[in-house]
Amino acid sequence: MPKRKKKIIVIGGGLTGLSLAMKICERNAEVVVVSYQSLKRSHSVCAQGGINAAIDARNEGDSPENHFYDTVKGGDFLAHQPLVRDMCYQAPAIIHLLDRIGVAFNRTGEGHLEFRRFGGTLYSRTAFAGATTGQQLVYALDEQVRRFQHDGAVETLEWHEYLGAVLDSQGVCRGAVLQDLRTNTVFTLAGDAVVLATGGPGQVYVRSTNSTVNTGAAATMAYLQGAKYGNGEFIQIHPTAIPGPDKLRLMSESARGEGGRLWVPRKAGDARPPKSIPDSERNYFLEEKFPLFGNLVPRDVASREIHDIVYNQNLGIAGEPMVYLDLTHKSKDYLEDRLGGIIDIYKKFTGEDPKDVPMKIFPAVHYSMGGLWTDYEADGNGMIEHGSPRNQATSIPGLYAGGEADYQYHGANRLGANSLLSCIYTGLMMCRGIFTYIDNQDKSVDDIPSTTFGDARNHWESRLNEIKAMKGSENPYQLHRDLGDIMMGNVLIVRENKKLEKTIREIDDIKTRFKDVNCVDSTDWANPTPSFINQLYCMIELSRVITKGAIMRDEFRGAHYKPEFDLKQPSDFDPHEYINYLEKKNYGEVSEKAFPEGHLEYMKRFEANNENWLKSTVAEYKNNKPEISYEPVDTSIVTPRPRKYD
Amino acid sequence: MNKKIVKLKIKRRDKPDAKPYWQEFTIPYKERLNIIACLQDIQRNPTTQSGESVNPITWDCNCLEEVCGSCTMLINGKVRQACTALIDSLEQPVILEPMSKFPVVRDLQVDRSRMFENLKKVKAWVEIDGTHDIGAGPVMSDKVRAQRYALSECMSCGCCLEACPQFSLTNNFMGAATFSQVRLFNLHPSGSMLKEERLDAVMGEGGITDCGNAQVCVEVCPKSIPLTESIADIGRQTTLQTLKNIFMK
Repeated sequence: MPKRKKKIIVIGGGLTGLSLAMKICERNAEVVVVSYQSLKRSHSVCAQGGINAAIDARNEGDSPENHFYDTVKGGDFLAHQPLVRDMCYQAPAIIHLLDRIGVAFNRTGEGHLEFRRFGGTLYSRTAFAGATTGQQLVYALDEQVRRFQHDGAVETLEWHEYLGAVLDSQGVCRGAVLQDLRTNTVFTLAGDAVVLATGGPGQVYVRSTNSTVNTGAAATMAYLQGAKYGNGEFIQIHPTAIPGPDKLRLMSESARGEGGRLWVPRKAGDARPPKSIPDSERNYFLEEKFPLFGNLVPRDVASREIHDIVYNQNLGIAGEPMVYLDLTHKSKDYLEDRLGGIIDIYKKFTGEDPKDVPMKIFPAVHYSMGGLWTDYEADGNGMIEHGSPRNQATSIPGLYAGGEADYQYHGANRLGANSLLSCIYTGLMMCRGIFTYIDNQDKSVDDIPSTTFGDARNHWESRLNEIKAMKGSENPYQLHRDLGDIMMGNVLIVRENKKLEKTIREIDDIKTRFKDVNCVDSTDWANPTPSFINQLYCMIELSRVITKGAIMRDEFRGAHYKPEFDLKQPSDFDPHEYINYLEKKNYGEVSEKAFPEGHLEYMKRFEANNENWLKSTVAEYKNNKPEISYEPVDTSIVTPRPRKYD
Repeated sequence: MNKKIVKLKIKRRDKPDAKPYWQEFTIPYKERLNIIACLQDIQRNPTTQSGESVNPITWDCNCLEEVCGSCTMLINGKVRQACTALIDSLEQPVILEPMSKFPVVRDLQVDRSRMFENLKKVKAWVEIDGTHDIGAGPVMSDKVRAQRYALSECMSCGCCLEACPQFSLTNNFMGAATFSQVRLFNLHPSGSMLKEERLDAVMGEGGITDCGNAQVCVEVCPKSIPLTESIADIGRQTTLQTLKNIFMK
């Protein structure tokens, strides 16, 4: 344990990185925040609808336990339960903290926090600041970090890129290799621990709701250096985004939380303007199929239904792959106050005002439930031991991960407004454990020979020089597009093994073409191209992890839908029957007559499928490719059961 | 206008101290193209109109939906975000230049760190006792919240400063964005505890009295933040503070 102050390197200036940095400053340790761009501009600003906490402000009977249940059910029971439960119990305190640091959350008549509905729950659990909640949270946390910066407690390295971890001879992470994005020089930074708070990998698909920095390169770099990567195949497709040539812009779930309705004309190819189509000739497909949750079914369910309406039933608007998201029945003032942010975006990009005409939307790649494998320590009472060095630790000692970059919390499908929560929760929660980790070290970073750092720097310097010298015929930006097209083609809402096998071969082709890349800019000042080529390399490797995980997982769970393995839940099935069945089984044989026809068969299929597949996917980089193994999921608190939302 | 192609004229600069130069590009037209998509197109085929192979353009962007504030530049002479600048509504050739009130890093990329330094000067934050759980925040009317929210949408994009006749590369005028943040934090029940320090910070050189009231800041703000109201309000607050300083100190 070092006598000097502990020094922690935080990579990423989004919600996770900022909340962790704030916590570290408060505990009087040194922290360096490394950001690819100016703080305040991270992708977290794109989150719109809100952040969940079961404060039960509307006296609906909500509780953190309900929040926990909705979250694990929403994730199709693939999430480790103690972590989810601890997060949900911490959520109210997190909201209060955010309120105290000045987030402009919407308020009630009495001046308390206002909450709204979101998907996958029947409670009003989502605190929000208009429709730019993520932006408002980033700003408030950024302001706290700036406050510490003003006091000299935090160092920020903006316009710096993380290239990799500095590993000592024992494989322990002792610092980070960074590139200054202005001078393009490579250097190392020694630290007692390194944290990757680097967000998700939406750019693997090119067009998504993600920002341009979301390449997933930092997490992939850790995977290439030996860290395990978990549940890679679970990519969330958000049901409602504006189609566009450069980006698929998110139209928040809060639009539906505030009463927005999805519909298509009942008649295929009906090209009448939407307002002239009478109610009786509209198909409100989610409300019809899911009377209980209606438009607020979880995202995986809604996206599948839209896909079905458009491609199987050919009912897309005027034959195009789009459906209506309709808010026009709500008052204009209400919409402006609650959803102004997204209404502006829609107006600016389409020229139409959603207050007057229904929006035209389609699903888009949005979030990665998967990410770096991280550990945790349960306290035996269904919560987390907060001081444990195992929390949020990757499989590389000294390297931690949090936020979208880790694979925890959301299982096979994330519920809306839970990502801001998991990002801030991990940032705040992991601090104590990292301190314990540093305290427990026999050997400190000060004892590591300088050659370890020199070698790491030399490795990356020559790697970037090699990239700069690439003078082939492939334009790297075009190659990225081609990779995105491949992933969009077959690793999306509906997945089929034959097509996935083809995708793997296509990614291999991309990998071959990568060798022939032309580094179209080889200057040495503020040159983004070599850095991008390195990120592209990472995206290709990560696309293999995602696709291979998808091929191997022969089931239908959450966002991973393989029609071939759909267990065909009977339409009149009640999930409580399954609990009943398990209990009956405990007492001996279960008679076929105890359940409606076909239900027992279904439950047996469900049970057998869970035995085979209720497990986390773990990818490790071995022999230049992802090797997949599986780990059990901690389901110690609630029994996994069939999901149902109608 | 020929719909088949898009013509762009871009002001480039290789390094901060290098001389700027112009290059022209032609790219295929597509529906709903914005400036970012055009620049990405040039990345994929970095060739000028005259067929010369050049380095792709360097610029800042991230969210592509006008919430991150990164991609501010001059488009046909007007300061705005490149992501919401749609080709269909722009005259061609579209002229792209970096902002002129911030040091150029390369091409269309500028260094806006001065904006963030100013936020430090005015203590644009709420001072809290700690991040531990000490219960709910202060009760606040939704009306005040709405007022604060409008100010809090400032994404430090720099449009108001670029348009401001008072703000220049060489002086230290803080500008509308900073004054508006003073108002934002002075409106918060616990934030207002630093009110006097904030006002003192905008009463010195480069502060509120240097504002020439040109009122262009509010016209170019992409988020329609009531910047001139903020300036007037901070003007009033500083006047009161001056009187207070005279009589109380």
